[in-house]
Amino acid sequence: MDITQLGLYDQAILMFAAVVLFTSFAMLAQPRIVPLINLFAWQGALLSVTTALVAYVSKHPHLYFSAGLTLALKAFLIPWMLHRLAVRLNIHHEIEPLRYPSLILLGGAALVVFSYTVLAPVVELSKLTTRNTIAASQAVVLLGMLLMIFRKKAVAQVIGFMSIENGLFFAAVVATYGMPMVVELGVAFDVLVAAVLFGVFFFQMRESIDSLDVDRLNRLREVDEPIAPEAYGRERDT
Amino acid sequence: MIEAWTFAGVQLLLYVIGAPLLAGWVKRVKCRLQNRASPSVFQPYRDLAKLLRKHTTLAEQASWLFRITPYVVFGTTLVAAAVVPLLALPLPTAAVADVIVLAGFLALGRFFTALAGLDIGTAFGGMGSSREMMIGALAEPALLMTVFTVAMSAGTTNVSEAVGYALNSGLVLRPSFLFAALALMMIAVAETGRVPIDNPATHLELTMVHEAMILEYSGRHLALIEWASSIKFLVYFALIANLFLPWGIATEFTGPALAQSAAAIIAKLAVLAVLLVVWETVMAKMRLFRVPQYLGFAFMLALLGMLTHVVLETGG
Repeated sequence: MDITQLGLYDQAILMFAAVVLFTSFAMLAQPRIVPLINLFAWQGALLSVTTALVAYVSKHPHLYFSAGLTLALKAFLIPWMLHRLAVRLNIHHEIEPLRYPSLILLGGAALVVFSYTVLAPVVELSKLTTRNTIAASQAVVLLGMLLMIFRKKAVAQVIGFMSIENGLFFAAVVATYGMPMVVELGVAFDVLVAAVLFGVFFFQMRESIDSLDVDRLNRLREVDEPIAPEAYGRERDT
Repeated sequence: MIEAWTFAGVQLLLYVIGAPLLAGWVKRVKCRLQNRASPSVFQPYRDLAKLLRKHTTLAEQASWLFRITPYVVFGTTLVAAAVVPLLALPLPTAAVADVIVLAGFLALGRFFTALAGLDIGTAFGGMGSSREMMIGALAEPALLMTVFTVAMSAGTTNVSEAVGYALNSGLVLRPSFLFAALALMMIAVAETGRVPIDNPATHLELTMVHEAMILEYSGRHLALIEWASSIKFLVYFALIANLFLPWGIATEFTGPALAQSAAAIIAKLAVLAVLLVVWETVMAKMRLFRVPQYLGFAFMLALLGMLTHVVLETGG
């Protein structure tokens, strides 16, 4: 459906959907931990605005509840927990050097094209005014996966995971006007519990391998491999 | 028809006369924001008048290339200005060159400036040229991508018609225009040599780009180049203001409509200038080797604009 035929609120939904997609790209490009967490919080807030708008346009009042839940959990509670974790782990000043930043962003663009192509038949079937957004929500899921794949630090990977969940929620809202409330509540609390568990996991990881770099989980501790002096120095730096 | 062509001429004259005023305004706001005493907004005119009066000194090794470059740069910038509507639509001169050619004109001016920087044989000139070409090579694809995004919505690459389309379709919240506008602003900052890419107020050899190329110019040559760069600045501003916020632009050549249009464009330009100054004040000058990342991000935004146009706005 062409955008000029839509009402102003429908256009606003598309606008916010595009900005949510943009935050996913911004997260891909952000090497610092704290701004990354802030971007994730923004994504949650924008998602909740989008949901509220969908609720208003489609006259599904239960979506207001979802929007409130998203705002409370994903824009405030989970980012706050991650912030606190970052400070307690003393990684809030860390910068993770990104390899091939432009290539990854172009890969992200390719994923958007991919999800558009894959979902074109699904979009054809739908009659909702928000149907154009389905491909964007799928792209948010795939971009979250991309973030998890190419980042090495555990915190960034957790944010990628949470962003995948954001994408799924987004897809549910725009494709079917939300999931049943039981499912939604369940998923929300799963995510919350996951955030708590990840925190515990970070501390465990830090204690056992003295780093949050997940690549180092591949190495066996029992093997007494001698660490070369320059490699040792490099690891200390990261 | 005659009326429209006459008006196009008047508008071009407005570009030439108004450009130093915008530069003066930007300088003034910047001084105020940084708690400094500011020169008058008319200071750029005085500078230009002073330079035009002064004697032109040429280096012994300077070839014809060095001498014609100021005129080529001024000329290409003028033609570029003729294509972008400032006060009224339809602009007949916009049919002469579409927006891709507009990018080409600006590139031609840059090409000649870079050649002139190399021609004189000083170390600074060559350094400035090489830097400028690097920035240009990265900024142009992003600029074209932005232009294509807008052209896909409007169905034309003619700037005047594109502005007319945006005006006639009323208030439509287009995500693609949002991204294209942001990308175009980032590119405009890079192309006109503002912070964080280049600092127009400094002659520090380590950081300068544009200033390094024109270091050997003096007198009326320098005046023409400075004038051309302020016109280029105004062209970018007018393009952003009229393409993405077209409201207020006159569609007929009558007194009240033009007065309203003039008030609208002055307000838009003043606000955009304040935005630019705030951006320049909060940003630090970037290392040269981070410029590709900055422009890569602008390219990404423009690409995202195009993707959202296809995915969200037309919806297959």
